[in-house]
Amino acid sequence: MKSLFKKALLISAICVAPAAFAVDMTGAGATFPYPIYAKWAEAFKAKTGSNLNYQSIGSSGGIKQIKAKTVDFGATDNPVKFEDLEKDGMVQFPAIIGGVVPVINVDGVKPGEIKLDGPTLADIFQGVISDWGDKRIAIMNPGVKIPSGPITVVTRADGSGTTAIFTDYLAKTSALFRDAVGSGANVKWPAASTVGGKGNEGVAANVTRVKNSVGYVEYAYAKKNKMTFISLKNKAGNFVAPDDATFAAAAAGTDWAKVPGMGTFITDASGAKSWPITGASFILLYKNPENKAAAAEVIKFFDFAFKDGKKMAEDLDYVPMPDVTTEFIRKNVFTKVITK
Amino acid sequence: MTESTQSHAMPTPQALRIAKLQRVQDFLFHGITQFFALSVLIALLGIIISLSINAWPALHTFGPAFFFTQEWDVVNGEFGGLIAIYGTVVTSVIALLIAVPLSFGIAVFLTELCPTPLRRPLGTAVELLAAVPSIIYGMFGLFIFAPLFAEYIQPALAATLGQIPGLGILFSGAFNGIGILCAGLILAMMILPFIASVMRDVFEIVPPVLKESAYGIGCTTWEVVKNVVLPYTKAGVIGGVMLGLGRALGETMAVTFVIGNAHRLSPSLFAPGTSIASTLANEFGEAEAGNHLSSLFALALALFIITFIVLAFAKWMLSNMERKQGLKT
Amino acid sequence: MNNSSNIDPAVFSRRKRANKIGLALSVGAMGLGMVFLLWILSVLFFKGFAALDLSLFTADTPAPGSDGGGLANAIVGSLMLVGCCTLISTPIGVLAGLYLSEYGDRSRIASITRFVTDIMLSAPSIVIGLFVYAFVVAQVRHFSGWAGTIALALIAIPVVVRTTENMLRLVPGSLREAAYALGTPKWKVAFMITLRAAQSGIMTGILLSLARVSGETAPLLFTALNNQFFSTNMNAPMANLPVVIFQFAMSPYDNWVNLAWGGALLITFAVLALNILARVVFREKVQG
Repeated sequence: MKSLFKKALLISAICVAPAAFAVDMTGAGATFPYPIYAKWAEAFKAKTGSNLNYQSIGSSGGIKQIKAKTVDFGATDNPVKFEDLEKDGMVQFPAIIGGVVPVINVDGVKPGEIKLDGPTLADIFQGVISDWGDKRIAIMNPGVKIPSGPITVVTRADGSGTTAIFTDYLAKTSALFRDAVGSGANVKWPAASTVGGKGNEGVAANVTRVKNSVGYVEYAYAKKNKMTFISLKNKAGNFVAPDDATFAAAAAGTDWAKVPGMGTFITDASGAKSWPITGASFILLYKNPENKAAAAEVIKFFDFAFKDGKKMAEDLDYVPMPDVTTEFIRKNVFTKVITK
Repeated sequence: MTESTQSHAMPTPQALRIAKLQRVQDFLFHGITQFFALSVLIALLGIIISLSINAWPALHTFGPAFFFTQEWDVVNGEFGGLIAIYGTVVTSVIALLIAVPLSFGIAVFLTELCPTPLRRPLGTAVELLAAVPSIIYGMFGLFIFAPLFAEYIQPALAATLGQIPGLGILFSGAFNGIGILCAGLILAMMILPFIASVMRDVFEIVPPVLKESAYGIGCTTWEVVKNVVLPYTKAGVIGGVMLGLGRALGETMAVTFVIGNAHRLSPSLFAPGTSIASTLANEFGEAEAGNHLSSLFALALALFIITFIVLAFAKWMLSNMERKQGLKT
Repeated sequence: MNNSSNIDPAVFSRRKRANKIGLALSVGAMGLGMVFLLWILSVLFFKGFAALDLSLFTADTPAPGSDGGGLANAIVGSLMLVGCCTLISTPIGVLAGLYLSEYGDRSRIASITRFVTDIMLSAPSIVIGLFVYAFVVAQVRHFSGWAGTIALALIAIPVVVRTTENMLRLVPGSLREAAYALGTPKWKVAFMITLRAAQSGIMTGILLSLARVSGETAPLLFTALNNQFFSTNMNAPMANLPVVIFQFAMSPYDNWVNLAWGGALLITFAVLALNILARVVFREKVQG
């Protein structure tokens, strides 16, 4: 009887133990990785009982809130420069890789049916090409019936790392775009008919609702909502469709450790199968955080994600960070954060 | 008998003690209630001061030209409030242009035409609708109204009013559904029950004897409304309209859903734009300290002051109305 | 002798026509207004009912892309925020209203306060949210349910003050005078007599303020933020219905949009129920 009671006590202690050590963390920032972070958070909560409350308010929002120290970590696809990191006493590391996809809402066009290259895409987003019936689109798509109509460009209304990655690609492939618009988290979109959406969700929602519109979203949003994407011509000259294989091909061979602060853009990557608008999403942590317990738990979370979250990432068509990079992060970035 | 005369002449020490205690209690009561009443004042002052302090860097850098500049460049730190102010003002004006005549019609119906048994329920229905939260209107606008607007109403407007030279530019551009005109219409739906119930309350104050005298000399119902009710309640009607304007100016949710969130100034009403409240809702979470954040606070301060002036004017008008009724202000 | 030919038939028929047109327009306006408003409410009911099932109240908000889910954490969060707001705003509002009605006739401060309260009644709620962010969140350096409560209280207090004052003024002066004649101190008169007599009116004010803040989104955007998980910790970001609806409605996920409509229906139900309850309470008072 007594031993049974002891066993029951032990079992209940084991069940309660993880919850007893649960630490709640708050993070905010990029909408680009929100689907995978939320999935990881669910799994982490099941394993340890800790809640990772992630608010997707956009990359610029993530940078601001971590600078204001109102959250435990910030998330941004628009990496912060090393000098700024040092000035604020923060560290940065890439957590996940994904692809940005141009999506459209045009009657009768199937996903991947329309093929474009970088300069033409840049012309559309710049407003130089303003109608779907334009010859420059038709030339690249012989045999595809594209109904004509004025193009409405859907962009981000908030400061966005997705915008940074997308405009980085457009600026790399089109000198006209680079000079007229530039790249960054916020740009002035010059097209006559432009609509702004809040977060990747807002852009996806607007493209779904507005006819003859074109926008750019992270692939998980396009796939989940079965949106019509555009196939792009990559640097090697091949037309590719977005999925985690083409994202992985673009990210292969990137030396994340080379740049101090690890902030690297990998758009317009070489490789026969590479998707040209691939990018990583980064995490910002203080070297000397105010809430050390939460910072320790954040490190535990990403350690868990790097080890056990690979399949979840691939299911959502993200590309997990390669092992050599996660080892580097563990040795050189996590160790810089004071957690005691 | 002698006891009572004694207590009249000379209060007992016990009575004196009680009286002193009561004086202290009354003093405390006065002080505590005055403190809480003042707290509302302090809160308002706190808001104005806090907004001003945070807005000062932007106002100092850009000067009063801030409110007339069209730039909103986050990258280079150049900000101007013109686009947001334009959006706020235009959507509110559109909302008033549509809601005021409709509210007037509803108020006239409720006071003059409605059969008496229906008067109370319909009036209550209008008041309840004024209480519906604005996020509902925003969702309705985004999911139901905007697609219909793009599909049917925008082409119709472009085909009719868009052909008039001079006016045509107001209705040019792509048929997105969302945009300044859509936001104005949703705002109109939102403030309609509000203005209608204020107008109805104000119309009911008119002394029946005035209306009956007019009927007595043979006026039609419309003439009574036009020549007796309206002049009598003029101040109240204007006050109600100003209250509706105040609400429309500050409305965030109903507008953010459907205004299109584009920082551009376009002569077309079909074009997407932005208002002060939706700019704040969209960008406050990410504006870093510096010109961006300070410009947002400057916009908030501008909105607060404009709303303050409109509401003060409305209150003055409505208190004129109450004075006519003989109520104390 | 009354000569009916004094009446100019042309003018008379013009006046009759103007009357008919004016009244027809008025009926038309009522019809159009009612059509729009019934349209909005019926859309809300149909779409909202589709989302109403038990899981709405038992499951937490789902991750993007996850299926199903509910609004349990948001509902509980909203109840906590609104509840704490009422606990704060009711005493402040009632005491301030007492001051305005008992001392308000002769005091300069009272008339200024009354003016300011009316302004705050219709002040843009997003500006209040910004103020609380700058004043509270930025200072303590984390989002919290308490910050959200403070923002909501700043919106609710003017409502309570105004209705309390109006209700207290309705109490007949003879009641107060009778109490004073018996030697009752002012504070006792206020609490035991006046407040008691007006209590259902004051209840009305509290219910109306509750209804008002239940639907407010903008002040919570930058104060309570939002929370993916269930939490009753007021010192941390807190899930709440309006912000969840805002986030879910603008998203492209079907289950999120569905939940948004369900949440919208819940809020509207709550607001309408509180308003109707307030009216019933007030009417009982007037008749009783």
